[in-house]
Amino acid sequence: MNRIDQLFQYKKEGVLNIYFTAGFPALDDTTKIILALDKAGVDIIEIGMPYSDPMADGPTIQESGSKALKNGMTLNVLFDQLKNIRTKTQVPLLFMGYLNQMMQFGVDRFLNSCQQVGIDGLIIPDLPVDIYEEELKDKIENSGLHVIFLITPQTSESRIRKIDDLAKGFIYMVSSASITGAKSDISKSQLDYFKMVDTLQLKNPRLIGFGISNHDTFFQACQYAHGAIIGSAFIRHLETAENGVEDAVDTFVRSLRGNH
Amino acid sequence: MLYSVDKKGFYGDFGGAFIPEMLYANIEELKNKYLEIIDEPDFQAEMNHLLKDYVGRPSPLYYAKRLSQHFNARIYLKREDLNHTGAHKINNTIGQILLAQRLGKTRIIAETGAGQHGVATATVCALMGLECIVYMGEVDIARQAPNVSRMKMLGAKVVPATSGSKTLKDATNEAIRDWINNPTDTHYIIGSVVGPHPYPDMVARFQAVISEEMKWQLKEQTGSQDPDIIIACVGGGSNAAGAFYHYLDSEKVRLVAVEAAGLGVDSGESAATSVLGTKGIIHGSRTLLMQTEDGQIIEPYSISAGLDYPGIGPLHSHLIVSKRAEAISITDQEALDAAFLVTRLEGIIPALESAHAFAAMHYLKYRSEDVIVINLSGRGDKDLSTYIKILES
Repeated sequence: MNRIDQLFQYKKEGVLNIYFTAGFPALDDTTKIILALDKAGVDIIEIGMPYSDPMADGPTIQESGSKALKNGMTLNVLFDQLKNIRTKTQVPLLFMGYLNQMMQFGVDRFLNSCQQVGIDGLIIPDLPVDIYEEELKDKIENSGLHVIFLITPQTSESRIRKIDDLAKGFIYMVSSASITGAKSDISKSQLDYFKMVDTLQLKNPRLIGFGISNHDTFFQACQYAHGAIIGSAFIRHLETAENGVEDAVDTFVRSLRGNH
Repeated sequence: MLYSVDKKGFYGDFGGAFIPEMLYANIEELKNKYLEIIDEPDFQAEMNHLLKDYVGRPSPLYYAKRLSQHFNARIYLKREDLNHTGAHKINNTIGQILLAQRLGKTRIIAETGAGQHGVATATVCALMGLECIVYMGEVDIARQAPNVSRMKMLGAKVVPATSGSKTLKDATNEAIRDWINNPTDTHYIIGSVVGPHPYPDMVARFQAVISEEMKWQLKEQTGSQDPDIIIACVGGGSNAAGAFYHYLDSEKVRLVAVEAAGLGVDSGESAATSVLGTKGIIHGSRTLLMQTEDGQIIEPYSISAGLDYPGIGPLHSHLIVSKRAEAISITDQEALDAAFLVTRLEGIIPALESAHAFAAMHYLKYRSEDVIVINLSGRGDKDLSTYIKILES
């Protein structure tokens, strides 16, 4: 069974998904960060594949990606770094990146490599639902990977239901009309949107992302979904780390979970 | 062979709408409404009125006698440089601003490279009283200062794009992000035949007036509506799309797309996408683009800010791959030489972008009786500082 599905079988609330950019701050931090996040009790880890033109991302993630690329990160390097990761952790691992990266690496080769290192799912924001259905669904399902789809406050109910039918693993609820990292509070209209989706009784679990940055916003989001996703705030925390990435991960996750 | 866009937004293998879900509703609205709105008699009447009395269309088709003697051919210039704001870009912004109004949008965003599209957008926003934000690469802001001042005088806010190569590609990324952040009140006026469907088709339709006029102007002046060859420069490719549009199915009319070779196709400092590019995705479209093996987009280079783009529109990828269009690449130096040649032979200072189209004459195979139309997409006022440096050196 896919590790994401295993997780949601026993954990229905407060699921914490953390994003980081592979190869940032240093090229060989990738596995250190994964293992530290796992140790700190993070439920799902999203590994960003750095991209030159990340259309859906804000400045924090774009800059971390540019640094990672300068550090020498490539998909070949990333797969090499991850080749023994499954001997050390069983935490669900996702790749987040853009369709062009997968296309140029070669879709089959990419899926095989993901399978070999033990990746559980993919988040590809610029992969349209119809292209997925027509060109990639069979291949990706055969590889055992889940494609995580996004919904936003602009997504109609009928489209949410269509996406729910196609989706595996969980649905990524974008908290507001925004790129990643854009906002710091959760507004009334966002709460209304969370509540509305909560009443739809979708078959997939839901995680809320974009603009979730701290203890308060994390727990607010968790009231209306199975959990939440944090990216930019973690990247910013890593940037200021003085005692190594392991320590930075520990302090960040602790501050998030707080007393709960 | 089919050269128009299919129902799913593809030209052959190129095109489509590879966009994040955050833009889905906006793109879907545009896709479902653009043809219907454009076809409304009221829309057509208002657009044609503005193109005639505000832009100054039809733009002349001018027989360039001395240039023809120089190259031993029959060369006609389609004078898009004489449009209001000095380039073809306004044909598209007039169309899109009318569309935006009918979609109920109150805030307009745009990207710009050379600043011509930014000026054309700021102009129609001033005309219609709409808020205007133009994203422009920091590098381009420095090299196209006159256009930055024009946009500001027109009331637009010019926002520098500081990521990546700080040029057109990055300005486009920033504009897309703005649209993601402001999905309900904002219309994004893309300036070229790039981006997700329906933009390439919509922009091509608004620029198609160029070849529509060429047909009757050529008929009047030469007796035949068909030239032998049409030459246009291609960054994203909007002036070329407009100049080719009504001739796409006239297979005996040769279409020549001229790209910027920068310091040379093999120099590592180039924007010659059809030579250096491979199939990939940029700004929501599957097309030819310059990229690494790992799919990272390569930062392009050209002396001309309007051609400094790592991709080409999906229509042009399709035309080039299917051999309907020929591609020629021209270096910075060749373009500069051509700019001075045209200026001294015809008394017309062309934009650096258009100068690339003239320089292609040196590489083109033609017969002396051939009727050749060169699309003079813009005037050179904005490039004077570059030209003056050459004069003084």
